[in-house]
Amino acid sequence: MKTITYTITDELGIHARPAGQLVKNASAFASNIQVGTPAKMVDAKRIMGVMGLAVKHGQQITLTFEGPDEEAAAAALQEFLQTNL
Amino acid sequence: MIALRGKSVCVGVAIGQVFVYRKPDIDVSDTPAENPTDEWARFLAARQLADTQLAALYAKTLDTLGPQHAEIFDVHRMMLEDPDYTEAVQALITNDNKNAAWAVLQTGQQFAGVFAGLEDAYMKDRATDVLDISNRLVEILLGSQANIQLTSPAIIMAEDLTPSETVQIDKDKILAFVTRQGSANSHTAILARTMNIPSVVQVEVGIPLAALHGKTMVVNGFTGECFLDPDEATLAEMKNLQQQHKARRNALEKMRGLASTTKGGRFIHLYANIGSAEDLPRALAGDAEGIGLFRSEFLYLGRSTLPSEEEQFEAYKKVAEGMQGKKVIIRTMDIGADKQAAALHLEREENPALGYRALRICLDRPELFKTQLRAIYRASVYGNIAIMFPMVASLWEVQACKQAAKEAREELNAEGIPFGAVEIGIMIETPAAVMLADELAKEVEFFSVGTNDLTQYTLAIDRQNAKLDRFYNPHHPAILKMLQMVVDSAHRAGIWAGICGELAADTSLTETFLQMGFDELSVTPGKILELRSIVRESPLA
Repeated sequence: MKTITYTITDELGIHARPAGQLVKNASAFASNIQVGTPAKMVDAKRIMGVMGLAVKHGQQITLTFEGPDEEAAAAALQEFLQTNL
Repeated sequence: MIALRGKSVCVGVAIGQVFVYRKPDIDVSDTPAENPTDEWARFLAARQLADTQLAALYAKTLDTLGPQHAEIFDVHRMMLEDPDYTEAVQALITNDNKNAAWAVLQTGQQFAGVFAGLEDAYMKDRATDVLDISNRLVEILLGSQANIQLTSPAIIMAEDLTPSETVQIDKDKILAFVTRQGSANSHTAILARTMNIPSVVQVEVGIPLAALHGKTMVVNGFTGECFLDPDEATLAEMKNLQQQHKARRNALEKMRGLASTTKGGRFIHLYANIGSAEDLPRALAGDAEGIGLFRSEFLYLGRSTLPSEEEQFEAYKKVAEGMQGKKVIIRTMDIGADKQAAALHLEREENPALGYRALRICLDRPELFKTQLRAIYRASVYGNIAIMFPMVASLWEVQACKQAAKEAREELNAEGIPFGAVEIGIMIETPAAVMLADELAKEVEFFSVGTNDLTQYTLAIDRQNAKLDRFYNPHHPAILKMLQMVVDSAHRAGIWAGICGELAADTSLTETFLQMGFDELSVTPGKILELRSIVRESPLA
């Protein structure tokens, strides 16, 4: 299993559009990907769940990856977060 | 005539017929499905059609309004496909034998409830998105889809408008939006501002909206008032206001790109106040000649941890780069008083306005201060950055700040990290700083007067207390006298002086500020063109 953490720098937090992009990025991989905070983790491939996290600016999120392409998924999501959030 | 009150989300005046948009009657009954397997197939077919419709809306919006407004429909398409959502619908159909429309409606309400219950104001509004896709499905299932077809321009009135309803309307035919619900963050409001359509939300109407259909109405987007069946006098007054607004907008647009120079040749800088990097587009759209006040508090508010140097650096860099070499004055953290930050763990105070805030916290917690100063210096290679220290009352405080800035530079030097030349200035917002202006001017490179706090401290009036309104006079002679003292002290020492408080945008004083000799006014971005037009009319040499 791979784990990454990231602090959201986008002013609006993970709002509707980036939530959609995050889900799209996650869906491209076979691994099971979870995203969230210690209080609540959700499936990163499900947009309602990701939006429902209501992650705000400055909050730290954790992503866990488990599966055949976990290395590649972690690298891709890390890059997505840094460029978009 | 009936006057209605609401909240303005986009200025302007509209006069015309009301078109009341009523969502199609969704009469969904809880009749059991005849055959759950067929019902599930009906749902899948409806979802397929909804997806096709959304794809078309996406393409249309992309074409007319651009990607940033279109993307929401892409999000809607993803929401339609969301397994949590569809599994909930499926469970109601197959396990509970519900009909598809009922299952969708229930599921939509359940998911919308989750969003509506969130604390985040932006996310609360996402409840509308869930209802939007659910209604679309229900309408398809019931075969009752609505379309807003306007034959002539009208004022659109509705309970609330979903994004797909808003963009469906031919925008050349929208005179104004008036909704009973909605907020400044709703899609309708955001779109209205992009398209410059006067809009009022949360309007208070005591009768069913349908009764208003076809009536003549005036929407005053400056005050949030709407007048139904306006009388002659109101109509004349509003027509006048509408024309003035149009004429002024046209005249102000001509100010774009011009120099802020008086007829006599005096030049003044007109800068913008911004509260976060997100405000940058507004500053650029307002034609700001620089950023006169970049409030850095946003980095500290609404969170439980302190912002890292990296995070601050990114925010400052973004604005410095965005302004392309124009000056960006970053005010160091001004937390305390009415702005509380959980991350700082401040104690409750009897008298927060006179308490532990801004510089006082920074000088007490050098590591916190150093982090911010390092971030600012690092960002300085990406543009023309200046630092401004708030809440100065004593000479030693300024010297201590300069010392901290020097240490930050020395650290960066030792680490081989580059930084540019950064002007250092202070805010003049305590009466003490005004009285010491001559001495303080020798220490720094500019002054910027924070008139909000200066007025509050000078008049001993808490601005939050509405009972004191009649005693609160922003044009108080004591304040004007202090402003003159500040600018005189600055010029005697050969440094520049500006104003960044609310008073700077007060157009009745622009001429006075020019006469006093101010070199800069920093105001909300939307005011810059207006101030420039006044400056350019002034004969002052």
